[in-house]
Amino acid sequence: MEFTLKTFIFYGFALLTVASALVVVTVRNIVHAAFSLMVTLFGVAGLYVFLQADFLAATQVIVYVGGILVLILFGVMMTSGRLEMRLHIERGQLLLGGVISAALLMLLLTIIANTPKWKNLSDDGEQLEPTTRRIGELILNGQFLLPFEVVSVLLLVALIGAALISRKEVRD
Amino acid sequence: MSDILPEGFFAQVPAGNWAEEFVQNVVIPQLPEAVAAHFSVAFGTVLVMFACAGIFVGLVPLLPLVLVLAERKVAARFQNRTGPMRVGPWGTLQTLADGVKLIFKEDYIPPQGDKFLFLLAPYIIFACSFAVFAAIPFGQNILVSPFNIGIFYIMAISSVIVMGVIMAGWSSNSKWSLLGSLRSAAQIVSYEIPLGLSILTVVMLVGSLNMQEIVASQSNGLFSWLIFRTPFTFIAFFIFFISSIAEVNRTPFDLPEAESEIVAGFHTEYSGMRFALFFIAEYANMFAVSAIAATLFLGGWEGILPGYDFLGGFPGFVIKTLALVFLMMWLRWTLPRLRVDQLMNLCWKYFIPIAFFNILGTGIWGLIFPEDTLISISISCVLIYVGLIGAYNVAGRGLAQKPQPQASSA
Repeated sequence: MEFTLKTFIFYGFALLTVASALVVVTVRNIVHAAFSLMVTLFGVAGLYVFLQADFLAATQVIVYVGGILVLILFGVMMTSGRLEMRLHIERGQLLLGGVISAALLMLLLTIIANTPKWKNLSDDGEQLEPTTRRIGELILNGQFLLPFEVVSVLLLVALIGAALISRKEVRD
Repeated sequence: MSDILPEGFFAQVPAGNWAEEFVQNVVIPQLPEAVAAHFSVAFGTVLVMFACAGIFVGLVPLLPLVLVLAERKVAARFQNRTGPMRVGPWGTLQTLADGVKLIFKEDYIPPQGDKFLFLLAPYIIFACSFAVFAAIPFGQNILVSPFNIGIFYIMAISSVIVMGVIMAGWSSNSKWSLLGSLRSAAQIVSYEIPLGLSILTVVMLVGSLNMQEIVASQSNGLFSWLIFRTPFTFIAFFIFFISSIAEVNRTPFDLPEAESEIVAGFHTEYSGMRFALFFIAEYANMFAVSAIAATLFLGGWEGILPGYDFLGGFPGFVIKTLALVFLMMWLRWTLPRLRVDQLMNLCWKYFIPIAFFNILGTGIWGLIFPEDTLISISISCVLIYVGLIGAYNVAGRGLAQKPQPQASSA
């Protein structure tokens, strides 16, 4: 395989993603795991850029790093500000986690095996358009309109549920 | 650049970009033949790009140096003082002297804290603050990278800053830092929503996330600026500007670093140059959000007269941005700090509903006036004028008649 700068940067991102993901699952300190997850999510965003999915890459960073990770850390810091916050893993969880990961691995391997054509990184002949416009058209031109609306209703339900749970009960 | 990243990411960069041409036409003829034979154009292009990025990263921190001095002078003026006067003529070298002082200060690391994250946090905030500048168009050709997703990239990168704030607060192992970063996380995550929604009104009208295309759509003089295009973008501008003051933690919304309550918030434990990194990042952020507001709503580098360069180009853009920066300083030295509940009320009960109303209104406006005509812009300006007069009268009457609330009932 031709070794260009592009492949070099690609493997850099891949290494960053895998290494930080390993840290996430091995480290005992939950805050360290969360910050390491940030690096993993960034690495995945970088891989999205290589797939020419620029919109998806930015969305990944906004939703996961700016939203979900902040909420995870917020929860951790609200419940315990101690540096000694440790994860306790029980055997049952280990078993269940192992089964789920094995199933996920099988699924991914099946998909990888069944993908007919991989795009070659050094193949510059075929240029793809930026995806933003196509995503918008696919959602609003009807093909994915229903799933989009269902997801937004689901999020609304979650929002109302959160407001209901966190609301202070007034009795008088 | 086309060699490093897929073309889609830099959709606007022509295949033979300026750096490549520079290498091919200027650098390679200068080299001795033995070297030139082994010199690849792509490699040279990358070197030139990195050199430019280095110059950029070196120059942008000079900006906060100026802004810090400006802030102190503005503050002094508001408080009827003179501000720094001793170092250099009219105190103009004061920040430089302070910078030198900070370099020689002790670099203290709290022994009970988390050392690695403590050292990492300022770099994350600093890097994200400056990465935002990559997508801001300073002029027609003064732009680091014309991302296809410009404004979305800016939102993504600036949402990472809060991770650095949390990291700094948590790893300091101090209650002040932790409280400060908790407040910051809550505040930034909340105010990102009205910020994003008010950006969305602009994106709806322009039909693009690309910063240069947003600027290009405002090229017909003052009244084609997006702030005057519809009455809804006029409201959106103020929501955007106020929310971005909250995003950069400046004074009506500086609860994360409220001096009178939690010392200095998330950067309480930092000293010396690490503190200076937070400080520089704060001023860089301030400039960045002002520049984004100027680009999205005030015509960016386009001038106020169609076809003329007056208040346009790079100087015009900087003037617009600095005017907004001055407005931020003005607010800082005029308004008192909000309480936490007031902060959240303002965001969730006022800004977010108004921002949703704006999006609905912009959509309807777009249906009625698919093209910007003289009529649509006239109607918009009249509506803005009437709205301003109405708001002034209502607010003025309300302020005049409202009895002062008692301290016990507050």
